[in-house]
Amino acid sequence: MGAVGNSSSLQTKQREPSKDIAWWYYQYQRDKIEDELEMTMVCHRPEGLEQLEAQTNFTKRELQVLYRGFKNECPSGVVNEETFKQIYAQFFPHGDASTYAHYLFNAFDTTQTGSVKFEDFVTALSILLRGTVHEKLRWTFNLYDINKDGYINKEEMMDIVKAIYDMMGKYTYPVLKEDTPRQHVDVFFQKMDKNKDGIVTLDEFLESCQEDDNIMRSLQLFQNVM
Amino acid sequence: MAAGVAAWLPFARAAAIGWMPVANCPMPLAPADKSKRQDELIVLNVSGRRFQTWRTTLERYPDTLLGSTEKEFFFNEDTKEYFFDRDPEVFRCVLNFYRTGKLHYPRYECISAYDDELAFYGILPEIIGDCCYEEYKDRKRENAERLMDDNDSENNQESMPSLSFRQTMWRAFENPHTSTLALVFYYVTGFFIAVSVITNVVETVPCGTVPGSKELPCGERYSVAFFCLDTACVMIFTVEYLLRLFAAPSRYRFIRSVMSIIDVVAIMPYYIGLVMTNNEDVSGAFVTLRVFRVFRIFKFSRHSQGLRILGYTLKSCASELGFLLFSLTMAIIIFATVMFYAEKGSSASKFTSIPASFWYTIVTMTTLGYGDMVPKTIAGKIFGSICSLSGVLVIALPVPVIVSNFSRIYHQNQRADKRRAQKKARLARIRVAKTGSSNAYLHSKRNGLLNEALELTGTPEEEHMGKTASLIESQHHHLLHCLEKTTNHEFIDEQMFEQNCMESSMQNYPSTRSPSLSSHAGLTTTCCSRRSKKTTHLPNSNLPATRLRSMQELSTIHIQGSEQPSLTTSRSSLNLKADDGLRPNCKTSQITTAIISIPAPPALTPEGETRPPPASPGPNTNIPSIASNVVKVSAL
Repeated sequence: MGAVGNSSSLQTKQREPSKDIAWWYYQYQRDKIEDELEMTMVCHRPEGLEQLEAQTNFTKRELQVLYRGFKNECPSGVVNEETFKQIYAQFFPHGDASTYAHYLFNAFDTTQTGSVKFEDFVTALSILLRGTVHEKLRWTFNLYDINKDGYINKEEMMDIVKAIYDMMGKYTYPVLKEDTPRQHVDVFFQKMDKNKDGIVTLDEFLESCQEDDNIMRSLQLFQNVM
Repeated sequence: MAAGVAAWLPFARAAAIGWMPVANCPMPLAPADKSKRQDELIVLNVSGRRFQTWRTTLERYPDTLLGSTEKEFFFNEDTKEYFFDRDPEVFRCVLNFYRTGKLHYPRYECISAYDDELAFYGILPEIIGDCCYEEYKDRKRENAERLMDDNDSENNQESMPSLSFRQTMWRAFENPHTSTLALVFYYVTGFFIAVSVITNVVETVPCGTVPGSKELPCGERYSVAFFCLDTACVMIFTVEYLLRLFAAPSRYRFIRSVMSIIDVVAIMPYYIGLVMTNNEDVSGAFVTLRVFRVFRIFKFSRHSQGLRILGYTLKSCASELGFLLFSLTMAIIIFATVMFYAEKGSSASKFTSIPASFWYTIVTMTTLGYGDMVPKTIAGKIFGSICSLSGVLVIALPVPVIVSNFSRIYHQNQRADKRRAQKKARLARIRVAKTGSSNAYLHSKRNGLLNEALELTGTPEEEHMGKTASLIESQHHHLLHCLEKTTNHEFIDEQMFEQNCMESSMQNYPSTRSPSLSSHAGLTTTCCSRRSKKTTHLPNSNLPATRLRSMQELSTIHIQGSEQPSLTTSRSSLNLKADDGLRPNCKTSQITTAIISIPAPPALTPEGETRPPPASPGPNTNIPSIASNVVKVSAL
């Protein structure tokens, strides 16, 4: 459980600033000693339930359930990357899920603040679970586009695919080879890159995915997750 | 998978959408959530215990969970109550804070549990009232020390590959347990310290008489031998000091540290003695210098933790020791003065002056009582007895403080050692939990408990009964199954992985091997392999490599089962090449002598059933026969 962060702190120490020098000096001494022991407390509170219900495709009940789970793991109200990675790693005990979790985190953290608030979390989930096909594909494109420049090039795709393969771990059948990810990426690019210019744009991506029945079917797979 | 993160499973499954465009195969069907979604009774219970308070009480602190709109997330429409799945005991303290404005810390509560609860309700621990604040801080400090200790030892465990030579040397010096070389060095220096100290002591023992002269100490009789020993020891110490100086991360700090000063003082007399000529007047000073050789015994403190703790205790009890010294001095002066004036009258008194009485007072107050100076007058005897009684008191007072300090530090060290010893057990537990969850998935795969199989059989009632408890499990397994499909590889456990390696390495042998090849090939022609366009790897190119690599080449052949004819040709060519490659190492006649049969891995059989039929029927028919008795041959 991580309660460390230094952004959007809505709670401050409740002392008036107009104390004398001696008191400040005493405080400074005390804090200096216990600096390593204390962690800065960040607390973030999400917007109201009605607002969130209006912004996302979830019902009130679903939002309640989501929030309770969220708050359980992150009582401070924000997820930082470490906690995110730990949570995600619990689902994939075989391999190393930290790289993929890192990319996921960046995809969730739309404002690039380094922490994911409940609103970001729920917005992304709403797209993934209840969004239109177009929205889902756009979200996936955003996930693959690591540097968020609007294009997916081969290196980014290699990183993503490598991260996915990392989650498999070492003990696989058949044995994972060094260039299995590379081959996988080559297949992907052959399919997606229509004009063979080495990068995949959003339109190429959308078009190729909509042509592929498997992908379309898989996207509908998690409709009833909640 | 920990039960706590079960609530995040929807998120993990939603994030799996990121794999979909990358995957080449269709995903398996998701397990249907047929059980009616239970309405969690959001009662404003805290785990069953109902608390009641005015709304305005809660709104006194709008910065917290209970005082803001955040609690609406926990509201239950049906019972019109708020439900919190938290500890009711701590909630009592939290609610009292709202009522009285003072937050208390119950002593029986664990510090981290309490901190978690406070964080959940959005309350800063600084608000804890003065009555409980000290206790809270003490417990928190202990906890933080424990965490830091864990982190330190964790960091020490990770081998940092990018350590420079200098850094490795320093680490070896500071922790002798890191490598065998460091341990050897540690014991060697310890041995030489002991040798040096013992020679210093034995040097002065009288060693029997040389005829014609008085009794000589051993040092003068066997001066050459002792000189050689001393030289050897000083060599070792010098080398050690220079190495430490070289490896130290901050040389200036190292030079200033106590241990390095002790090192220098221990070896200086020898060098000064070498340099100095045999001058009469300086030789007296030189003899005094030799006293410093005894400081070598302090070098043992690097080897003994107890010594270090003692030194640290004395350092930390400096104020108590100072008080002891001060009060003793006061008492000595008072009593010496009194004894002097009391004994002034008696004849032939030894108490010639006040400083001379100091000796008597010290000996009496520490209850030594040598008896070389005794009072003779009655007044002297009375004051002498008061002196000895008060001495006992004055000394007995600060000593328990020092002892308790020592015991606290000692126990801290004990705890650290105990934690390190239990660390292995702890890591083993974590490992077991981790493999438990991964084994659960493999186990369910092996038994064919995939949800689609169940649903296809169409027994909803049994499904209900068996599945409501493990819906989370089946969803988690479905997620892992999707990952397998995305990457075209399957999870297996460690033993099977090793077995596969061994099997495939055995397959380099000619003719008798081909059936098992086909069994592998038949089993792994999945839907994906038909469509994948991976390049064919010819084993020829890799044969000079080790057996393991050629085994991996074989596994790519398995995936490329798309064209069976090419498989057969490559297989045959593999056999040919294998023959060529291994001819120098083995003769065909030898192979048939030793036969080891390994039971077929259990995963092979059910997977053979659930997979769609492979391209060519030939290998398929071999599967049942081969799977039952796979024969391995070793060229032993």
